[in-house]
Amino acid sequence: MRGIHKLAYKLLVNDKAKFTALLVGITFAVFLIIQMTAMFAGMMKRASATVINLGASIWIMDPAVQTVAQTIGLPDYVLDAVRSMQGVSYAVPVYSGGALVKLANGTYQSVTVIGLDDTSLFGRPQLIQGKIEDIYGENAFIVVKDPEFPKLGNPHVGTEFQVNDHRGVIVGIAQVASSGLFGVPTLYTTYKRALQYLPNPRFTTAYVLVEPKSAGDVIRIKQQVEALGYLALTKDEFIDRISHFYIYQTGMGTNLLIMTVMSFIVGLSISGQTFYTFVLENLDKFGALKAIGAKGRELILMILFQASFTALTGYGLGIGLCVLLITLARLRLPDYAALITYWNLGLAFVMVVIIAAISSYFGVRRVLRIEAFDIFRG
Amino acid sequence: MPDPAINATNVVKWFGEGEARTQALRGVSVDAYFGEMLYIVGPSGSGKTTLLSVLSGILRPDSGTVSVEGSNIWTLGSDKLADFRLHKIGFVFQDFHLFPRLTTAENVAIPLILKRRAWSEAVAEATKYLEIVGLKNRAELPPVKLSGGEQQRVAIARAIAGQPDILIMDEPTASLDGDTGQAIVGFVKHNVLNEKRCILIVTHDDRISEFATRILKMEDGVLTGTVKGGPA
Repeated sequence: MRGIHKLAYKLLVNDKAKFTALLVGITFAVFLIIQMTAMFAGMMKRASATVINLGASIWIMDPAVQTVAQTIGLPDYVLDAVRSMQGVSYAVPVYSGGALVKLANGTYQSVTVIGLDDTSLFGRPQLIQGKIEDIYGENAFIVVKDPEFPKLGNPHVGTEFQVNDHRGVIVGIAQVASSGLFGVPTLYTTYKRALQYLPNPRFTTAYVLVEPKSAGDVIRIKQQVEALGYLALTKDEFIDRISHFYIYQTGMGTNLLIMTVMSFIVGLSISGQTFYTFVLENLDKFGALKAIGAKGRELILMILFQASFTALTGYGLGIGLCVLLITLARLRLPDYAALITYWNLGLAFVMVVIIAAISSYFGVRRVLRIEAFDIFRG
Repeated sequence: MPDPAINATNVVKWFGEGEARTQALRGVSVDAYFGEMLYIVGPSGSGKTTLLSVLSGILRPDSGTVSVEGSNIWTLGSDKLADFRLHKIGFVFQDFHLFPRLTTAENVAIPLILKRRAWSEAVAEATKYLEIVGLKNRAELPPVKLSGGEQQRVAIARAIAGQPDILIMDEPTASLDGDTGQAIVGFVKHNVLNEKRCILIVTHDDRISEFATRILKMEDGVLTGTVKGGPA
């Protein structure tokens, strides 16, 4: 650390009351910003759980579909047409729908049922108990062991239940990358069994899942599907479409924006005011340094260093606090939806940089305006 | 007559604007020499501090020239002027302006740090200057733990740590009792003043006049005469 930086550092941290107030302000702001955005990111991941878990490269759907849960059945010919398109390696149907399960104790529980293509079982989950072939067995279902799993009475292989007056039996327990947004357990079965067991409209295929022959075929497939009157989206595009729906059409985005702006204003108010007061209280010291021979840019450097050091320390503490809270929350609530991503870390960092820049701007202005002669005059 | 350390010629300085405009310096000319302890005395508002600020490169005059060791300092840009103050001038402010959050040694090290010396090296060297002013055993204490006289000596140690050619002291005894004030100025005369250094002191205090090489009197922005020593 250069001498001038260490001087700035000592002037800052040795004023423990001010330094603590500055850190509290920035830490609190970062904590709020990251916590809010992490909750949002967690919910968005949950909202796209089926897309993430099935893992298909291309999803074909009705153009009116906004979220993965809002399925609109595709006519059977769509599957055949897609399979005959240039660039398609293979295409399979998938069923996605809701059902009511009657448990052994007589209670009812809503579930999401995913029906996998009988031939390929494309999108099958990773099993932690049982064998995937058993899904072809009579009345067979695989249950996902996620935070919603206990709602089915912590079933095990062999547990029986009723789905729409049909007998169902658990033949495997699976784990998936992401659990759903709506707090209901997930059951996997075959596509045909899903159609047999669950009441259905005329068109039953929720999505057609496609694997292209090569990455270069994606655009061609999308164009051909569009010509057919349907929509083909890559996995990432579908996830973006779902996020877009929740951000712009549910009010969640507006609430998130309001909370983030409020966090920013709180952080800026506390830190900006405290830092400005800190500079004002040390104005005579900066004047003395100027008289002794410090250049204007060295004083600016000192203030920027102080603001940056405080901001980065507060940023680190804010992240740490947020991680701690999420970890503690998950000990009590395994289903707690919060996800710290590079995106929310980046957003909080930009906010912190802006707080530091605005705080130091006013400090720098005052310090540059002070005349060393004022020190002589007292 | 040796070349002057400082030569000021016909220095004029105005403050304020409009009806509030006042002339603080009315064509002041003065020389100060190495090995000299020059006092400028006079009533409050006579322009002493303004003159000191103009001579030390802190306050730009409206007209006139100030040469230090033959160079006109007011032709320098702001960075060069800052360098000039750092390398040529040592300041002892009336209120000391020590940094309460730093130790005594770190306070003294400030001019060395501004000269881009490494922190630990600067603080170690600062301890030597604290030893000169008799405060080596106070090196790790913050200035607020020191008496007024000790703080003044720390300020002197800081002023001489940069090994300046010219030492500027503004009312050095104003915050001290009579005996301490005399002891401090006496200490400066015997331990800080040398053949290669010029000391300028602005003071009201008659009790320290015995230490002056020369005393100039100032009134209403002009030097009115020599109270002690040679002509102004």
